[in-house]
This record gives sequence, C-alpha cells and structure tokens, in this order.
Amino acid sequence: MIISVASGKGGTGKTLVATSLAFSLKSMQTVQLLDCDVEEPNDHIFLKPVIAQKEAVCIPVPEIDEGKCSHCGLCAEACAYNAIAVVPDRVMIFPELCHGCGACSYLCPEKAISEEGRETGVVEWGDAGGIDFVQGRINVGEAMAPPAIRQVRERANADGVVIVDVPPGTSCPVVEAIKGSDFCLLVTEPTPFGFNDLILAVETVRELGIPLGVVLNRAGGEYKKVEEYCRKENIPILLTIPLDTRIARLYSRGVTMAEGMPETRELFVRLWSEIRKILDEGTGSLKR
Amino acid sequence: MKELVVLSGKGGTGKTSIVGSLAALAGDKILADCDVDAADLHLLLEPVVRQKHQFWSGQVAVIDQEKCTQCGLCPELCHFEAIKDFRVDPVSCEGCGFCYRICPSEAITMEENLSGHWFISDTKYGPLVHARLGIAQENSGKLVALVRQQAREMAEKQGAAYIISDGPPGIGCPVISSLSGASLALLVTEPTLSGIHDLERVLGVCRHFGVPALVCINKYDINRENSRQIEDYCLEQKVEVASRIPFDNIVTEAMVKGLPVVEYNDGPVSRQIKRLWQNIAGRLARN
Repeated sequence: MIISVASGKGGTGKTLVATSLAFSLKSMQTVQLLDCDVEEPNDHIFLKPVIAQKEAVCIPVPEIDEGKCSHCGLCAEACAYNAIAVVPDRVMIFPELCHGCGACSYLCPEKAISEEGRETGVVEWGDAGGIDFVQGRINVGEAMAPPAIRQVRERANADGVVIVDVPPGTSCPVVEAIKGSDFCLLVTEPTPFGFNDLILAVETVRELGIPLGVVLNRAGGEYKKVEEYCRKENIPILLTIPLDTRIARLYSRGVTMAEGMPETRELFVRLWSEIRKILDEGTGSLKR
Repeated sequence: MKELVVLSGKGGTGKTSIVGSLAALAGDKILADCDVDAADLHLLLEPVVRQKHQFWSGQVAVIDQEKCTQCGLCPELCHFEAIKDFRVDPVSCEGCGFCYRICPSEAITMEENLSGHWFISDTKYGPLVHARLGIAQENSGKLVALVRQQAREMAEKQGAAYIISDGPPGIGCPVISSLSGASLALLVTEPTLSGIHDLERVLGVCRHFGVPALVCINKYDINRENSRQIEDYCLEQKVEVASRIPFDNIVTEAMVKGLPVVEYNDGPVSRQIKRLWQNIAGRLARN
C-alpha cells in the first residue's frame, strides 16, 4: 500500500508526518519511506539512514555524430523544447532544455543521433533503523525534478507500507510523486495560506482520483476555516497535531515527533488504521 | 531598476509574510508573485484584478479512436508512458509530439493546452503581477518567466525603482526561472536542521546563476544554537546575514487579518523587518 504525504504550502509538516508515521509503524510491519522531495530532501536528517547503494539519475540527451549528419534540420523541427538548433554546418544541443523524449534520434534519417545519459541527480537507499529508506536528490542548478522522482518511485515495494514524502506545490513534480498512490494525506495548518493551498492540493489529488484525508498541524488557534471546509467537502481530518513548542524544538534538532515524544506513536498507528478502514470500506474515496 | 527575489529552499520559512511587509515598506515598486502553483501573496495584498490573461503553453497529444488501428507503435515509443489502451493520459503527456510524428495512420493530433492564467492587479502598495497555474499542469517555469517579463515591462514603463518577487520553494525549474538575472536574492531560512540543509542548496543555485544573496534568519530564537551555526556558515561563505527575526505569533495573527505584519503591529518582528528592508535597499543601491 502506498500512502503519499503532500501539501500545497511548504513547511506545513509533511516531513514530520511522513517520518513519524514511518517511525511509529516500523515495529509492526515492513515500512518503506520514499523521499520524493528531490529538490530539498530532508527525511534523512530525521531518520539517519545508512546509505548502502546509489544510482545516478540520467536523462537521455541527444549526441550527434557529425560524420553522419546531413544538417537536414529534421531533429530541430521535431524537438518541442527547442533543445536542438541546426545551422548550415553544425548542430547545437542545449541539454538543460531536453526532456529526453527520444523523438530526434528515432526520426533522424541518417541515424546520426544517439541518446547519451546526462546525470542530473542521484537516488540513494539503505536502512534507517528498520525503515527501508530511499531518497532522490537533483544536482544544484538542475531544473527538472520529475525524472529523479520517477526513479525513486520505481523502487517502491508495495508489499508493505510505502510512505511517500511529496514536494510542496501542485505542479508536475507533485503529480509525479503522488501518481499511483492508494491514499494521499494532505498536511495543512490553520492559517489563510495553509487553507488557500489546501484547496489547490485537494483539487490536484482529486484530479488524480486518489482518496484523501487531512492532517491538521499546529492546531488550536482561532482560525477555523480549514475545519469548516473539510466538513463541507466531506474530507476526513484524520489527525490533529496541536501547536506545541516541544514539537518545534525537537524538529529544529532533527528529531521527529514520534521519536522524541514516544507517547505520540499511538496517534500515528491510529492514523494508519483509519486510512486502512477508509480504504477497506471505500468511504474515503472522493473521486469525482 | 533593481529586482529582488525572495527564496528559501525549504517551504514555510516565511517568504510570503516578509514579501508582504516589504511591499508595504518599499516605495516605487512593482510586485510579482512567482510562486505560481501555490500563490499566497494576494491574501495579504487584496489585489483588484485589472487584467486577466490566459496562459497557453505546451501541447497534449490526442488519439482519434476512429483512425487508430492499435498498431502499438506509440505506446512502445513514448518515453513518458503516457499512452495506455490507446488513450493519452494528459497528466503524463509532456507534449513532445513524438507519437504524432510516428503514427502511421495519422490518428494523433497535438492540441494546445490552457495551462493557467496570469493577472495584473492594483494593490494599495502598487501594481502586482501574479498567476495561477492550472491544476496538475506543467511549465510552471515558463509561467514564472512570463510573470517576471510583465513585471519588468511595467517597471520600465513606469520608471519604478524596484521589482520585489515572492519566489517558490525548492531549487528546481520555477526557482531557476524566478532567479536568473535578478539583482539580488533574499534567502529566508529558519534555525532547523532542515532549514540549514535547504539554505545551503538554494545558495548553491544562486552561485550557479551568479546572483548575489543576503540571508534572513526567521524565528531565530526557536533554536539559538542552530542560528549561530547559520551565522558561522554565512560568514564562511561570505554571505551577509541581513536580519534576525524573532518568533512571534503576531505574524500568524496579521495573516489571519489579511495584513502585512508591519501594518498590523509595531513589535520586534516589524522592527526587524524594517531593518531588513534598509539593509536590502542599501545593498541594492551599492550593487
């Protein structure tokens, strides 16, 4: 079973929920944690994995054999991303624009284009105190997160519980990380920013047809619009975490809540059984 | 005209709250919200929309079921696994057009994709260029580039002194698009191990693109030792720490009221943000 932990707004507590959930379940069953926030992966700070293996993230970019090339210009015309320019005697490649679709090499009438892997990041895995840990990290200066996210997701072993830490936002990296999950937890906070971005995140997850529930973090203030919205939209609030400086202080030192406050582990075990119940009954499905 | 972009690497460190306050403090500027997939700046600035434009970007393949002979070539060649049962999943399709070019039955067409909207609005602090990427859409980097280009054109036309942009979290495509060619980046961090880790990466991106940076430590008192570590790191990297803002729930209170914190209260947080703006303005003048 794959549970993704997402939020529209950053800094609402995705990492806290993903790592605490993994930490709380690991004594009960096989748990895998996939850190798909490949731009800024942070789960390793809390779970301290021993990295056993890694592989490069490569995207196929064209390489031209100038000896064979007739400068016909078909590859440049076919490229939707303007990653190839053909001038009378030369072909120029802009690798950072290439999405690796493969059209140019297939279409080249002279068979002058081969696909060479360009390294844009790394995927690493190992054991984190009984949690099967996988993370991706793109290199500084690289623009494209989805290929690294896809490569992390390919390592999912859905026999046990797979927890996916999703990057913030609502665009392509988020979709890539959430796609194919059985359930999505949306972590939010009771503020106007948290509320605004929760609505966007709910629309994204519904677009993908994945059942969802909310975790309300830093709860307890006057602002009640998140709860009102969830009630109206029939979205279950599966866990409420109070605003508590102890949690923030632990977090600042790289200690997740379930580790530093052992009494909270049962909250995450209960969260897990709530999710299972929803999936068994099919009630949490908020598909349109 | 000088362009300031506010970034953080890690989300939720306080970028938008700070930009809202800088909007109230800085004179003669154009504001831009470059966080196009979870834009929040409008919640503090109450924009009145003057112009709304469609953002058409990229294409999506569509298979004509009547012409399709189910030969199997397109699902075999698609590098994005976007074709299943001879239908295109528009979320996975990256619009490369490979399938359209190789279909022997000419059953595939490429359709233009409405990926979002962008707006020019008036706020009581000056004009705001902002956008909304469609749900689960791609090309946020291109929409960010469009927002910045509009902001620049307006700033040049009006002879504005500054553009102040609220950037997205992370270090990938929309961040690069917000950053490249800007005069100065303000990096808002927090004294958590995650905040420090993410600051190092976003500072790396600033270096990569040759944009000078200033650091602001927000909620510096939630872990003073980590704050010291950030200061040591910045000293070593020769990056100025322009402000240390204390933790105060007044920031959330102001947000709930829909106001920049400097307009809501004159406490320690507001005083630090005012000092931050003086530092930024001084640095921009020297650059």
